[in-house]
Amino acid sequence: MAETILSISHLTKRFDDQTILEDLSLEVREGEVVVIVGSSGCGKSTLLRCINALEDIQGGEIRLRGELIRYGSKNLPEMRRKVGMVFQNYELFPHLTVLENILLAPVKAQKRSREEVREEALTLLDRVGLKEKAGSYPRQLSGGQKQRVAIVRALCMHPEILLFDEVTAALDPEMVREVLDVIVSLADQGKTMLIVTHEMSFARAVADRIILLEDRNILEESDPETFFTAPKTEQAKKFLQSFEFNRKNKAEA
Amino acid sequence: MPDLGLEVLWRGKNFVRLLGGLWVALRISLIAAGISVVAGILLGIAASRKRSVSSVILRIWLGIIHIMPQMVLLFLMYFGTTRAFGWNLSGETAAIIVFSLWGAAEMGDLVRGAVSSIPVIQRESAEALGLKPFQVYRWIILPQAVRRLLPLSINLITRMIKTTSLVTLIGVVEILKVAQQIIEANRKASPNAAFGVFLTIFVMYYLACRPLSLAAKKLEKHWR
Repeated sequence: MAETILSISHLTKRFDDQTILEDLSLEVREGEVVVIVGSSGCGKSTLLRCINALEDIQGGEIRLRGELIRYGSKNLPEMRRKVGMVFQNYELFPHLTVLENILLAPVKAQKRSREEVREEALTLLDRVGLKEKAGSYPRQLSGGQKQRVAIVRALCMHPEILLFDEVTAALDPEMVREVLDVIVSLADQGKTMLIVTHEMSFARAVADRIILLEDRNILEESDPETFFTAPKTEQAKKFLQSFEFNRKNKAEA
Repeated sequence: MPDLGLEVLWRGKNFVRLLGGLWVALRISLIAAGISVVAGILLGIAASRKRSVSSVILRIWLGIIHIMPQMVLLFLMYFGTTRAFGWNLSGETAAIIVFSLWGAAEMGDLVRGAVSSIPVIQRESAEALGLKPFQVYRWIILPQAVRRLLPLSINLITRMIKTTSLVTLIGVVEILKVAQQIIEANRKASPNAAFGVFLTIFVMYYLACRPLSLAAKKLEKHWR
């Protein structure tokens, strides 16, 4: 079995007196694609934000290859470089071109040579079909294009693990596919990924493991086939039904 | 054609004296603007942290400056301090101090507004890439803030240039004072000098401020 990359143990997250996550433990192995599903507001995004310490945590610990990721710690920028994050609303930097968006962190934070990163960035942009947009500004791109740039920006850092936070939730339906295709191909390349999504057919196709988050913790955890065909818990069944539509009088007619 | 009293400008060194007066006005406002920009940026960044001591100070300071006519501040600084503390400020120094106090408060507020108008998630997105806090400011927050800030601060500087017309009241011989002197001295020879001289001043103020407001408009368009 592959080595564990990310290990979360007994994580507790509270906002003021509201508990979002309680005593949650999770391990992700190298090359594994874990998809997190669950109803809105169950803390999926918060979990991802805790992993690269955009949120302080109130209990437990998070380790990346054995090294602690701790909110406010001195080596946090260094740890974050090993965690690639893609946000729901892209969060490209509007004052920089596509290429500058991608180069900024590898050059300034990782101190790599501009030429080397530039070459890599252009290759990756080409792979997601955006090479000719390298000099454009984010405002000149469609949502789907922006999100693909955001993915390339994260990839260029050579992260140990990629976090995707509902990356298609803000997109028009016809653009969802182009972004998900990119993620699927990353899975094929053996990237380690933790994905939060509401796209069930995508989840089923891309995941090695599906995690259902409900009531502040992991409620169900299984391989995608089992999860979608034979969910163990009532809540999981209910959750899956919420994606189905039935007309009661249609069959009878 | 009525006598516009323009010929007085060419008598003696009148025109050069007017230009000299304009220079005094510009000198006061540009020195004060320089101080205001530097102080305002420091003050504004400090105040952009919510509930910080500096944000409270800035708010009080700004509140006072806003309700006080600049003229009252000028009188207070020039006449008031001489009596109360025995300071012997020149009119120009007093003017620069008052304009800097005013400018720093307004500039500080502009910077605070610009910095806090950058969405938190932009900062987070940069942090998530592993940039250090200083780098996040240097490469992400400040460049975006400056784009929002520049048109507004140029507007502040033009307002400063215009407001220098008040400093004649504390004895600074700036352009308006020079104008009055010229008109007084030529009362007999050119009774219509008032029109010509003030018309010239009108054009001079326009030429001094217009490039700035044009630049502001251009930048606004460029960065939109």
